Amino acid sequence: MVELDTRPRSDSPWRSAGRRRPGSVRGTRSLWRGRARLVWGVGGLVALTLAAVLIPWIGGLDEGVIDYTAVRQPPSLAHPFGTDGVGRDVALRAFKGLGISLLVAASCAVIATVIGTLFGAASGLLGGWIDRVLMRFVDGVNAVPHLMLGIVIVALYRGSVLAVIASIGLTHWTTVARVVRSEVLSLRERPFVDAAVSGGASRWRVLRRHLLPAVVPPAVLSAVLILPHAVWHETALSFLGLGLPPHLASIGNILAEGRQAVLLGSWWIVVFPSALLAATTLAVAGIAAWWRDRTLPRRRSELAL
Amino acid sequence: MTVLAPARHRGREVAKLVAWRLLVAVPVVVLVAIAVFVLAAVSPFDPIYQYFGAGIFSASGADIANARAQLGLDVPVWEQFERWVGGLLSGDLGQSLSFRQPVATVIAQRLPWTLLLVSVGLLVSVVLSLTAAVVAAWRQGGWVDRAITALGHTLEGLPPFVLALAAIAVFAVAWPVLPVAGLTDAGAPVSFDQVARHIVLPAMVLGLSQTPWLVLHARSSLISALDEDHVLGARARGLPERVVVLRHALPTALLPFVTVLGNRLPELVTGAVLVETVFSWPGIAAAIVTAALAVDFPLLAALTLLTTVAVLAGALIADVAVLLLDPRVSADG
Repeated sequence: MVELDTRPRSDSPWRSAGRRRPGSVRGTRSLWRGRARLVWGVGGLVALTLAAVLIPWIGGLDEGVIDYTAVRQPPSLAHPFGTDGVGRDVALRAFKGLGISLLVAASCAVIATVIGTLFGAASGLLGGWIDRVLMRFVDGVNAVPHLMLGIVIVALYRGSVLAVIASIGLTHWTTVARVVRSEVLSLRERPFVDAAVSGGASRWRVLRRHLLPAVVPPAVLSAVLILPHAVWHETALSFLGLGLPPHLASIGNILAEGRQAVLLGSWWIVVFPSALLAATTLAVAGIAAWWRDRTLPRRRSELAL
Repeated sequence: MTVLAPARHRGREVAKLVAWRLLVAVPVVVLVAIAVFVLAAVSPFDPIYQYFGAGIFSASGADIANARAQLGLDVPVWEQFERWVGGLLSGDLGQSLSFRQPVATVIAQRLPWTLLLVSVGLLVSVVLSLTAAVVAAWRQGGWVDRAITALGHTLEGLPPFVLALAAIAVFAVAWPVLPVAGLTDAGAPVSFDQVARHIVLPAMVLGLSQTPWLVLHARSSLISALDEDHVLGARARGLPERVVVLRHALPTALLPFVTVLGNRLPELVTGAVLVETVFSWPGIAAAIVTAALAVDFPLLAALTLLTTVAVLAGALIADVAVLLLDPRVSADG
């Protein structure tokens, strides 16, 4: 499944052969850049989450307040992100929406991680034909475009937040399953598992005490990597009118409402919420890039969610 | 999926690959069909309400029973499934409730437009991403590379409809040069001229939305290709930099690119769904949304199966292409 890259790794992202180019980084600086990615990624994610929680709280409950005297105003001091078609403050709505989107995405990520971990662990541990059947099943799930499957689920169970969460969670667990499976496959061969088995531990005990704890870090990380994807899907579904009910100001709903506003020239209604979305993804991309650099370079294709 | 084999065996290799994939595809498609049907069967939604609309309140019990029988909803679920599969196998996809047309007609009318949009979009995306990737990998670590990588990561996080809205804001509102909706101007007949003008924005947006992932991937495989011995050899022989990068490194990097392109098809379908919706493009992907909003099960199920088959076919074509393109295959023979 995963090929381990056995080539010696240098600290520099530069190729060993060939000439160095101006502007290249070497040694500790590149290491620092890698760490800076992590700091920026985690810091950005924390800052965005805090903003999503705190700004609507400080700003009061008026993100839904309609003010027809202040319709489609460009950004100003009173309304830093401007106002929308019915005079609501875009900044408050955008941060509130980011909070809702992140909450939905986090629930999806948890569901996907739990399913994926169980599936991957079962597949890696049981091996043999069960493993093969389970992995073909993963291929089968992957063969349906995620959004398509999501649309089918949401269309048939319309109008509930639960359906949106389920539709995203049920389509995103396959990457986690693959990562966990390959992790379990490599862990199985380690001496400490041998020691546990020869010490008379049952298969269940080996799984519970030795394998699952070791699988937790990559599983948690895949959950974080799923986050922007889940936000993305929630946004897309809401934009199509199939996602969260319209009264929940998620980013997707805000953008869907902003569609007409764009034709009237009110770019701020779309630009600021989209920027929050992009910032979230960038923060997670930073974490992902750091992890990729630190661990297995070859896993890149698999984790490039 | 690189297979080292003498050239005379290439045809056989391809045939074997195709046969094996078809064998795997059958259970996958069956599984998807069953899953979609089960989802619909346990759904709380009753299609009869969609059929009658508000008329359900004034309809008599007999009318409803009649309509149920007409729609084939009066029999148990497994029998509905049997009928549906029987219809599928004999080429009858059922009746679309939202378009009031046979599903086959809806697909036949809309599929060509989607194929047109998707192929132009794919072309845009391949050209853009290869150019950007070559520049970025060549000047790795430089500011161009960092700008392209950062832009790639940013675009990756933006859904295609945000790009679409941005494109509309720029090219239709701020600087009105391009039409934003439909296949032709209102009432105008379909002509090459009209379609060519109307396809620009949707195809550019679709292409651009697929580019970041391809750029990042092509960049990384080009960087590892630049590290290989034959590139070092080419440099040692004193070949010009352009020849080294474009003729020696790029072909090696293109092989994984083809595979990635084939496996990228689900995202392309996803992108098409969003782009067609925003630009009112009369394609099959926009019909998915119409069908979903109206809970039009026959159309929705047919389109799910169609996209599944398309995805499997995309992966297969990519693998066959790699098998045929890999120079090592002919070099051995």
